Amino acid sequence: RKTSERLSGNLAGIVGGNRLTDAQLDDLEDALIISDLGPRAAARIRERLAEERFERDADERAIMEVVAREIADILRPVAKPLDIVAFPRPQVILTIGVNGSGKTTTIAKLAHLFQEQDYAVMLAAGDTFRAAAIGQLAVWAERLDVPIVKGPEGGDPASVVFDAVKDATEDGTDVLIVDTAGRLQNKRELMDELAKIRRVLGRLNPAAPHDVVLVLDATNGQNALAQIETFKEVAGVTGLVMTKLDGTARGGVLVAAAEQYGLPIHAIGVGEKIDDLRPFDPDLVARVIAGIA
Amino acid sequence: MFDSLSDRLGGVFDKLRGRGALKEQDVRDAMREVRIALLEADVALPVVRRFVDRVTEKAIGQSVLRSVTPGQQVVKIVNDELIETLGGDVTPELDLAASPPVVIMMVGLQGSGKTTSTAKISKLLKDKQGKKVMMASLDVNRPAAQEQLKVLGEQTGVATLPIIAGQQPTEIATRAMQAAKLQAVDVLMLDTAGRLHVDQQLMDEMKAVAAIATPRETLLVVDSLTGQDAVNVAQSFAGEVDLTGVVLTRMDGDARGGAALSMRAVTGKPIKFAGTGEKMDAIEVFHPSRVANRILGMGDIVSMVEKA
Ligand SMILES: Nc1nc2c(ncn2[C@@H]2O[C@H](COP(=O)(O)OP(=O)(O)OP(=O)(O)O)[C@@H](O)[C@H]2O)c(=O)[nH]1
Ligand SMILES: Nc1nc2c(ncn2[C@@H]2O[C@H](COP(=O)(O)OP(=O)(O)OP(=O)(O)O)[C@@H](O)[C@H]2O)c(=O)[nH]1
Ligand SMILES: [Mg+2]
Ligand SMILES: [Mg+2]
Repeated sequence: RKTSERLSGNLAGIVGGNRLTDAQLDDLEDALIISDLGPRAAARIRERLAEERFERDADERAIMEVVAREIADILRPVAKPLDIVAFPRPQVILTIGVNGSGKTTTIAKLAHLFQEQDYAVMLAAGDTFRAAAIGQLAVWAERLDVPIVKGPEGGDPASVVFDAVKDATEDGTDVLIVDTAGRLQNKRELMDELAKIRRVLGRLNPAAPHDVVLVLDATNGQNALAQIETFKEVAGVTGLVMTKLDGTARGGVLVAAAEQYGLPIHAIGVGEKIDDLRPFDPDLVARVIAGIA
Repeated sequence: MFDSLSDRLGGVFDKLRGRGALKEQDVRDAMREVRIALLEADVALPVVRRFVDRVTEKAIGQSVLRSVTPGQQVVKIVNDELIETLGGDVTPELDLAASPPVVIMMVGLQGSGKTTSTAKISKLLKDKQGKKVMMASLDVNRPAAQEQLKVLGEQTGVATLPIIAGQQPTEIATRAMQAAKLQAVDVLMLDTAGRLHVDQQLMDEMKAVAAIATPRETLLVVDSLTGQDAVNVAQSFAGEVDLTGVVLTRMDGDARGGAALSMRAVTGKPIKFAGTGEKMDAIEVFHPSRVANRILGMGDIVSMVEKA
């Protein structure tokens, strides 16, 4: 709000020239930083905008449209839905991320989406660690009426996922979605466990996991980049989902992520309910980041 | 990515330190690097602006520029100001000075760590202060949320309010108050559902619970991975209930934790605990100086200055 007020204030001051003034560029850069782009990515976009020529009577909105266009250009190449294409079936989707990012809820939403596309879905309760994590996924499975493979609380997640791949293969399930416990990427031991889960998934079906989806919380700031970096290295992340975009967080870190890692972004979470998952629309997200959506 | 920044900052400060005389422009150049460091640590932009202005003003004061070691002085000013902004080196205690049951209500965004922190603090009060504690989950939204607290209660040996399916949060709060009184509980911990600060309906529900339970402490639980949105979150929660403090979770991660600075600056409330893991004893008092070093990513530099 304040940024845009100052922005229009500065714009009122334009007399000649059709390039943005330093003061305007400063304000634009600040607006991008507030959207969580981080100082470096914001500075890069600022540089690009400094080259841009504007109509003499361009207002704030027109300028932010150009900002959104720049951002959409960066995001467009990474927009890619999660398609069910594996042959032989099942397509195994491993879901990972830091604690509380929204993995379990996203799994329920994805299961719902695939059901609507007429695929047979199965869930695997790979988080045997957090209190009542199995129960949480089981409630979703019941509501969705999809089968769930689970083991005892505190048990070995690798053996649960092994059983799940076996069951899903025997049942001719189209999609198996595997939940895992949240883990911070700097925890060596927990990251090793993830690598092990990955290996075990591949034992019955060398192509599994077909997808390794990293779930990012939109309210996280620049640490999301460190998350991508390490999870990619240890668990071979193939795509991203960003949750909690229904608040005021804008998820600008996706811009830096797209530039640096180019990983596909599959979908976004916009609420706690089962149908609160949206396809990743780069133009819309770019407008949200630019603050005009 | 972060290392190169701390290297760069180190370089800037080395240059400052190695100089006899300092010009105002040298200080301003250094502050530009500090600004980037703070932003990469996810300190909220308005807080960064204020911070940099304040430090710049102090640092270009004549006594600093004319001193024998101006560079070191500037580094020290940055560090001291960070610690000061984070709440100084005092350890804020929980305020339990009320007639029992003393109520502590935990609030915050979805997934921030409320339930886990509720159990950790309960365990702390039971084990370290010999309090009789009861926990109640008012989370009727998230699947198995109440079961989660129940399991944590079993793990920590803290009583939990029996679950009655179908009750609304205000009903549960009323029942929890009655049970706590009846059972002569010292401290009643209320775990609430995660809510977005823009969700007015859930914010109203939180206020209704507060009106029933009149908490002595209302703690905002915040993820130390939080980015720029920290300001909106802090302002909105502070605007709805009387926050008395902050719990910063996931300090065991490698995030710089700039949210600590934003939280403190925006709410004016002390950070009372830092969560440092998933286990039930992974909770500590908050150390401003450690976090200050972490935010700048230059712990070694600060200790060098302090040695010199
Ligand atoms: N507002 C909002 N809340 C969400 C969204 N996705 C998940 N949540 C909430 O965030 C909280 C954490 O979600 P979970 O799915 O349990 O997260 P998780 O990553 O499985 O957590 P752990 O297993 O504990 O690591 C819950 O309260 C969810 O309801 C979203 O898109 N928007
Ligand atoms: N590493 C680490 N994990 C934590 C910490 N505090 C909580 N967690 C984890 O974060 C995840 C979410 O914690 P919860 O306590 O369920 O969060 P919540 O705020 O109650 O979540 P909702 O009720 O869904 O809004 C769980 O996986 C916890 O184990 C911490 O300090 N460090
Ligand atoms: Mg989970
Ligand atoms: Mg909870």
